[in-house]
Amino acid sequence: MNRIARTLRGFAAFWWDFVVGDDWRIAAGVLVAFAATAGLAGTSVPAWWVVPVAAAAMLSLSLWRASRSVKDQSK
Amino acid sequence: MRDLLLVLAVFAACVVESVEALTIVLAVGVTRGWHATLRGVAAGLITLAVIVAALGPALTVIPINGLRVVVGGLLLVFGLGWLRKAILRASGFKALHDEAAIYQRERAAAEQAHESSPGLFGDSYAFTLAFKGVLLEGLEVAFIVLTVGANQHNIPLASVGAGAAVVLVTFVGVAVRAPLARVPENTLKFAVGVMLTAFGIFWGVEGAGADWPGGDVSLLPIVAGVLLFAVAAVWQLRQIHARQVDTSLDTAGATTGSGR
Repeated sequence: MNRIARTLRGFAAFWWDFVVGDDWRIAAGVLVAFAATAGLAGTSVPAWWVVPVAAAAMLSLSLWRASRSVKDQSK
Repeated sequence: MRDLLLVLAVFAACVVESVEALTIVLAVGVTRGWHATLRGVAAGLITLAVIVAALGPALTVIPINGLRVVVGGLLLVFGLGWLRKAILRASGFKALHDEAAIYQRERAAAEQAHESSPGLFGDSYAFTLAFKGVLLEGLEVAFIVLTVGANQHNIPLASVGAGAAVVLVTFVGVAVRAPLARVPENTLKFAVGVMLTAFGIFWGVEGAGADWPGGDVSLLPIVAGVLLFAVAAVWQLRQIHARQVDTSLDTAGATTGSGR
């Protein structure tokens, strides 16, 4: 039983690492941005700009957090 | 133009994955012998072929917009992840990805591993390591080819890009018999990150039901915009990193001075 649980955990960890990677917030942000685009696409408001703006914001935040964590470690 | 970008993106992404697989195979083969290593490579390739054969037809029955959202989302997540690492490396916040160091690490680990009893495939350590390296990196190549190709309704064209990359890296690897340290991997990863992010944005938006102003032509400004943003991020982070280094040097100098 333990062996099965370990195998399943390892399988889930592999796919989590493969798909989500180092920063889960990026994956979550992409989902939210796509949902917002789909929501706006049903209205008369243009929706194409949501994902590029969200991608720029997510990358900036992720880089800012990474650079701060390096700074904190070097203190 | 879209086809050319497709081939270039798949080619660059597959060069990176092939270099990683080749690094593992070379390190294991040189230290543990080529017999079991090449069997591991062959077993990895056969497993990969079975997975691709099973996955390929399934992808073609998914509705195109659903496929675009899934593929666009995955490409965007992968692309932003690659770009994030490449920017942090280029700006000095993260150590550069060094295939030579990885090769030495893998080689030392292989040398330290106990001689395992020869089983069905010979040296099981060499077999497993080569098998895993080829299967995992090959899965990433197959994933890129199937998803990008299916989305453009052109899996053969994507396969040409991937095949060219694998053949090129294998040829170079066999010819130089070295860990390909001269391939500027971070530069390649930076470029691949830009392309994957741009394709992810483009397809994701289309799949979510929105239209790009200008249609397919908008892919070029998206690539240019992502590239400019990434270069600006490297420039900005380099300034921050340089200031941090200066501050730590000043602090170290002050501490040494006050201790005298």
